[in-house]
Amino acid sequence: MTVPAPHAGAAPRVVLAEADIDRALTRIAHEILEANKGSQDLVLLGIPRRGFPLAQRLARRIGAVDPSVDPRAITGQLDVTMYRDDLQRNPTRPPRATQLPPTGIDEKVVVLVDDVLYSGRTIRAALDALADLGRPRIVRLAVLVDRGHRELPIRADHVGKNLPTSSAERVRVHLEEIDTAGGRPVNEVVIEGGA
Amino acid sequence: MKHLLSTHDLALPDALRLLDTAEEMAAVGEREIKKLPALRGRTVVNLFYEDSTRTRISFEAAAKRLSADVINFAAKGSSVSKGESLKDTAQTLEAMSADAVVIRHPASGAPARLAASGWIDAAVLNAGDGTHEHPTQALLDAFTLRRHWAKVAGTGSPGSDLAGMRVLIVGDILHSRVARSNVWLLKTLGAEVTLVGPPTLLPVGVDTWPCTVRYNLDEALADRPDAVMMLRLQAERMNAAFFPSTREYSRRWGFDDARLAALDTLGLGDTVIMHPGPMNRGLEISAAAADSVRSTVLAQVRNGVSVRMAALYLLLAGGTHDDPAAPTVRANPALSPTKEPAV
Repeated sequence: MTVPAPHAGAAPRVVLAEADIDRALTRIAHEILEANKGSQDLVLLGIPRRGFPLAQRLARRIGAVDPSVDPRAITGQLDVTMYRDDLQRNPTRPPRATQLPPTGIDEKVVVLVDDVLYSGRTIRAALDALADLGRPRIVRLAVLVDRGHRELPIRADHVGKNLPTSSAERVRVHLEEIDTAGGRPVNEVVIEGGA
Repeated sequence: MKHLLSTHDLALPDALRLLDTAEEMAAVGEREIKKLPALRGRTVVNLFYEDSTRTRISFEAAAKRLSADVINFAAKGSSVSKGESLKDTAQTLEAMSADAVVIRHPASGAPARLAASGWIDAAVLNAGDGTHEHPTQALLDAFTLRRHWAKVAGTGSPGSDLAGMRVLIVGDILHSRVARSNVWLLKTLGAEVTLVGPPTLLPVGVDTWPCTVRYNLDEALADRPDAVMMLRLQAERMNAAFFPSTREYSRRWGFDDARLAALDTLGLGDTVIMHPGPMNRGLEISAAAADSVRSTVLAQVRNGVSVRMAALYLLLAGGTHDDPAAPTVRANPALSPTKEPAV
């Protein structure tokens, strides 16, 4: 996917550059290990699309701190499309793959990973999807950006950056695993639109 | 895509979207909890004017796995035997606010009539109409072939097509809606299709189809096909003398033990044998062939549920402003365009 043309209105501004994203993810990786008192039973599940590369990056950092951890063996992807409450209000979207680590999620400490936390509805769908796949011991939530405007009683355990926004603005996360700009991979968080 | 009526007008991106979605649905079938909430509160009516075991059960299982409510309607034992017309039945279903109608009908074009008539708002899925089309069967065959083709190539099946695959479709082409749907769909996916059968069981105008036609099964097998699809000899539609005897048919166009052995002799280790069912064992396919490791008959049935889940999901889950040309790629509601006012 290429970077979309800027929205009419205010020019897009970069709120997190590549180095900021790296620092935030390193801190979150340490927070996850600290909250869990080690890497015991950890499973990182990214929510498509950009939650998955974030989960992979976090797993690599956890593996760097604790060499007994194989980053690939604790990372998975959780598709929540079928569990959304707005399916009937949007055009049909094809589901994406759900891939769990070989150990499964029963009795594990599952950390859900997503790029932006907004209404909280994606996370509600993710919690429902998890319940159909197994019974984790604990479920935590890590997000790169929390932009507020929650519509459900959901909060993140680990936040890269709290970003006060207007609901007229759009927060876009670009990660090099998915996004390019002019053929170059990019890593940044930008705010577009707004008054 | 509002209805699924035929594979003739199914574009490649739509076909791939259906097959890729079916791949995710298949993963659900392997879980302990084989249910998704995607179609909660939607009603699917199975409207069957013709006998069917696997298609009806398969559609019913697919709808239930997506949490839809299913109403089964068989023409036998309903008001149809009192003379109720398709229109009146359709309007009855509309009054009961059905969201999708899965229809099998002995008349070619009945599903298209239902979809275009304005009698009913529901999405129409063709589950076999006369000798016209049976799109979900072709999709499940393509899904089975694609998984096999990807396994042979050592790649993953999502996103891939059937480019370069050579498929034989053998038997009663004249009466077969399965053959027709498969010819169009497999062609769209890039496979080379060859029809094999007695000249009396090939339809008029077959030369305009995007496939080659042969009359000798052994010669066709010697050309090293990647898949052989045997069709059922449709005894209920045999209203004329199409061939001298079933024994002669079986000897010339049946997949018997000798032809099964010939595949090994030719060194075709990866060639699969398909059959849409129900099989006439000993007639168009021998028991040894039907039960061999090459046979995909049961995989086809299993894949049928996944493919029909995909079709029901893609037709029913979305809102009314369905625009397949612009799929929403973001999973995050923060970025979903409909949630935010235009700026």
